[in-house]
Amino acid sequence: MTVKTADVIVVGGGVHGASTAYELAKAGVKVVLFEKEYLGSGGSGRSAAGLRQHFGTETNLHMAKYNLQVFPTLEEELDTGMSLEFTQWGYMWVAYADTVLAQLQKNVDLQRSLDIPSVMMKPDEVKARWPYLCMDGIIGVAFCGDDGHINPQTLTLSYGHAARRLGATVKTYCPVVKLLAENGKIKGVVTEDGEEWHAPRVLLSAGPWSTPLAATVGVDLPVYPERHNLLITEPVEVFDCPMVLCLDDGAYFKQCPNGTFMFGRDDQDEPHITESTNSAKFLEGVTKSVLKRIPALSGVRVVRQWSGPYDNTPDHNAIIDWTPVEGLLVDCGWSGHGLQFGPSGGRVCKELLMGEKPFVDLYRFRLSRFAENDLFFEPAFI
Amino acid sequence: MEENKKANIICRCEEIEIDEIRKWINAGYTNFEELKRILRVGMGPCQGRGCRDIILRELSKATGKPVADLLPGVIRPPVKPVKAKLLAEDNE
Ligand code: FES
Repeated sequence: MTVKTADVIVVGGGVHGASTAYELAKAGVKVVLFEKEYLGSGGSGRSAAGLRQHFGTETNLHMAKYNLQVFPTLEEELDTGMSLEFTQWGYMWVAYADTVLAQLQKNVDLQRSLDIPSVMMKPDEVKARWPYLCMDGIIGVAFCGDDGHINPQTLTLSYGHAARRLGATVKTYCPVVKLLAENGKIKGVVTEDGEEWHAPRVLLSAGPWSTPLAATVGVDLPVYPERHNLLITEPVEVFDCPMVLCLDDGAYFKQCPNGTFMFGRDDQDEPHITESTNSAKFLEGVTKSVLKRIPALSGVRVVRQWSGPYDNTPDHNAIIDWTPVEGLLVDCGWSGHGLQFGPSGGRVCKELLMGEKPFVDLYRFRLSRFAENDLFFEPAFI
Repeated sequence: MEENKKANIICRCEEIEIDEIRKWINAGYTNFEELKRILRVGMGPCQGRGCRDIILRELSKATGKPVADLLPGVIRPPVKPVKAKLLAEDNE
């Protein structure tokens, strides 16, 4: 058997794998990416794809700010002919309880100290600006008008397409079945077809599928899947409805640029699986909750429902770190907010893989924090 | 054929023409799942009932694989569009 080689192997064609392959190819590195199905087929393409700068820690905010610097010109930069459907119709966090409102205020104070244009708004201000929202019981919201939406599928596919154009090898429908290590160093990967690829550095960015793959070289990742559901309606007149996240029952909704509406709702009882199965319970619960807040949509038809896996960690923050196996980097465990971190994730992974200093201090993302019981607490997670 | 009159739109829901589909097939996107995500074909209210078969035939021509061997993509529930209000009432 002939063994093929590369400078860097990327395992997982979600947005982080694809953006890293793009950044590496742009820097002239010989990179090969393996994806088990099509690009974005895991959590990335199934994401609600909200883009936000509402976080409550400096680390996440520095990266979120970078993401929103990249998105406005990314379609032009990647230049693939695919539309990224980027909009900046804003992102709203709606508080129904005093403690929640106080936390939002703290987050917004921190955001503003980093020049992120978030504001707190009172219920009557919300009513005046978005008269179609029926926000009975709210006590205030945090809002950032620069935040918005992107098409998660064309985002991931475009990164991959541009990476290929710059010389990267992107192998789709080509699952990696195990990683290879020797004397504590990463050596390469084996694919389902039995092909062996060697590289001195490997990035594992396979979302919840990272855990079993890391285990093949003895690395234990505390990352597990959790199913989340979304639905989409038929298109209605476009009225730039922002992303609205209701912090009472976790329901959220937003309008997409083609006029359709997306509804979602988090549910603690969802199964811990990677399979994208459907839930009737979700459909009923979410429509009921969302229609309460935006009654104008009650006559609109629901066209599709789908689900996708989050890759959760115990503290709902990502792991971006070298593992104990030399040369093996992981970027996974984003726990539901990873899609929008495609630009910054790709940048820091490229920097690490090329031996450069990452533009953000990644200490909080380290793998050892779980063993040290020094978790990365992020007050603004959904 | 009547279809030919209306330019060469294959996916009526999303108004996608055959040339556009062929362009992406030639760029290397040779399965329905990818075309669906790039072009929105199959994502309209009919969920691909109107365009899936024609696109699969195009893919078959391009790849040399019989239609039966191609991945047809997933048809997602609800099978027919349902009013949001009716779904919400189901829960009462
Ligand atoms: S004709 Fe293509 S989705 Fe309806």
